[in-house]
Amino acid sequence: MEMMSGAAMVVRTLKDIGVKHVFGYPGGAVLDIYDALYAQTDVEHVLVRHEQAAAHMADGYARSTGLTGTVLVTSGPGATNTLTGIATAYMDSIPMVILSGQVPSKHIGEDAFQETDMVGCSRPIVKHSFLVKRAIDIPEAIAKAFYIASTGRPGPVVVDLPKDIVNVAEEHPYVFPTDVTMRSYNPTLKGHNKQIKKAVSTLLEAKRPVIYVGGGAVISEASALVTEIAEKLQAPVTSTLMGLGAFSSTHDQFVGMLGMHGRLEANKAMHNADCILALGARFDDRVTNNVEKFCPHATIIHVDIDPASISKTIAVHIPVVGSVDKVAEQLLEQMGKVDAKAQKAKLADWWQQVNQWRERDCLAYQKDSKLIKPQEVIESLYKHTKGEAYVSSDVGQHQMFAALYYPFAKPRRWINSGGLGTMGFGLPAAMGVQMAHPDAISAVVTGDGSIQMNIQELATCLQYNLPIKIISLNNRALGMVRQWQDMIYKGRHSHSYMDSMPDFVKLAEAYGHVGIRVTDPAELDDAMARCFAMKDRLVFMDIEIDQNEHVYPMQIKFGAMDDMRLSKTERT
Amino acid sequence: MKRILSVLMENAPGSLSRIVGVFSQRGYNVDSLCVAPTDDKSLSRVTITTQADDKVIEQITKQVNKLIDVLKVVDLTDGSHVERELMLIKVATRSELVRSEIHRNVDIFRAQIVDVDSTNYTIQVTGTSDKLDAFAHTLGQTTEIIEASRTGICGLARGEKALRP
Repeated sequence: MEMMSGAAMVVRTLKDIGVKHVFGYPGGAVLDIYDALYAQTDVEHVLVRHEQAAAHMADGYARSTGLTGTVLVTSGPGATNTLTGIATAYMDSIPMVILSGQVPSKHIGEDAFQETDMVGCSRPIVKHSFLVKRAIDIPEAIAKAFYIASTGRPGPVVVDLPKDIVNVAEEHPYVFPTDVTMRSYNPTLKGHNKQIKKAVSTLLEAKRPVIYVGGGAVISEASALVTEIAEKLQAPVTSTLMGLGAFSSTHDQFVGMLGMHGRLEANKAMHNADCILALGARFDDRVTNNVEKFCPHATIIHVDIDPASISKTIAVHIPVVGSVDKVAEQLLEQMGKVDAKAQKAKLADWWQQVNQWRERDCLAYQKDSKLIKPQEVIESLYKHTKGEAYVSSDVGQHQMFAALYYPFAKPRRWINSGGLGTMGFGLPAAMGVQMAHPDAISAVVTGDGSIQMNIQELATCLQYNLPIKIISLNNRALGMVRQWQDMIYKGRHSHSYMDSMPDFVKLAEAYGHVGIRVTDPAELDDAMARCFAMKDRLVFMDIEIDQNEHVYPMQIKFGAMDDMRLSKTERT
Repeated sequence: MKRILSVLMENAPGSLSRIVGVFSQRGYNVDSLCVAPTDDKSLSRVTITTQADDKVIEQITKQVNKLIDVLKVVDLTDGSHVERELMLIKVATRSELVRSEIHRNVDIFRAQIVDVDSTNYTIQVTGTSDKLDAFAHTLGQTTEIIEASRTGICGLARGEKALRP
């Protein structure tokens, strides 16, 4: 049996699990673990500039690969700084393991220096957590953490490690656990046969079906299966913000994102549907609008791995507990041979209606403005990346513009904080993406508000040569807040302006990167081309856009799904 | 509507706080909570009393079930069940008249006097929460209640149904 210190066990366990990257920041309680990291090359540590960014980096890494992101931080402030990142991952079901240092066991509860109850602080925003009490328990706790984080409905798991158990001076036998299953944890993956039969017969009888795809389809790698179902049924397909790319946005059955800032045709199709097949979506309030008025004619089939997501906000008719991929296989098997042509003919009237809604062209915007429109920036980004980029996003208007104007053809390409809506997520997430995919284009769409929430990571980008492309839509304001103030608060722009903006070009240069400012619509295309031509450099595009642009369409509060504002003056 | 949830969970540090956390973070009430290890010491059984309609109890049950440490959850109020609560109540015994009235009530409610002092009795009573309320109310009409402590409801389903791993 191999003997090693607790600190060495932490690193060794990560290696044995197959972890390649750890995002973190050292400090007193984890010095032993950092010392163990120093002695090896199997696990690469990425040093961030703020622990929140470590969590977001691990998150972007996880979202773009499907692997579990790993974070290592010290006790107290190191641990609490990750909380926003943990909550972000929790809301979007992202697999993540956070190893946090803790004060020595005998000082726990004494309000020792840099002590916080990390297990307690993180309890409402983790899938599970461990406070490890003995060095010999380290391998099992970490292995279980990875197992829990990555199976069932994924989520973040905290492993709190008191300093005394990782002491490099004491050696213990290391045993990598061969079995991490738990009697109390058995996620249901396959759907109930009776429910599958009911679902298929309802779908095949439907005259106005819609497929509503969510993040669960991305997480369970079910893109091909979802597409097969959609093509068999010939139904219109809509996607949540989290599901974008699971079903190709360039497919002719795709009617766009749904919800608060969804496309008119998507929300119209949902509201008028007689059958909705929800695949790994959770009927979030940013989708449903007023639940009382939600899709009044539809028989709802809800496939979700988390029973607690079913009938939480909307009562569904045919619940199916299971992972999207497994249930999709079952649905396909139950459907057997469906005549796609006959199905298409049967849904001809429905498609005629849907196409009428499409003709309204709800994403149209003013093209001859003297100011740069945010929409054209995203379209230009799409053009210059050929739709192949990994696009991370911060939170606000720019996030919605990116979601609406960059058609994602593949899953795991759209990386955004959908559930928690965390400003400051974008840049570190894009860094995690770039670490995982060194040869791919990792772009972040951000704004002058969001980018300043984790801008210190520009230093990390230099240290690790991460050639991120930062597309910052600079409107000198907190655009989404300003939009709501325009609509609801009579244009009283309370604290949604930024009066002392840094010179972002100089700032990028100060951090050792390239900055490009664009103010004229005529220069946009050329600037974007220069940006993406610099393959090895981080480029900060500071793009001055029209401050008064709003995101449309937008659902009208308390209305049904399809009650929408289509512009500043038009409503449905 | 009163609901009694019975939860079987790992007897591990932090398990109870996770269950209680589900109630506080999702805005559900805990009316009473009763928890102890089972005959299998690796497991704990928690009985939680709450007020909830069908939709809310379904969510509570699912959210509690989702916790990694939880093996099983049942709503005992869903079927026929036995429920009991224990109360220790200390009352002043200022006069012979009061003492004899207390004795009469103790007999009627099938309670027991478990401790005696020159100025007070400590009485143990078990039964449904209603019965305990009624007993406390009756004593309160006779004498001064000094203090009382209740265990919260614990319960089992009737018949062959059982909450086992």
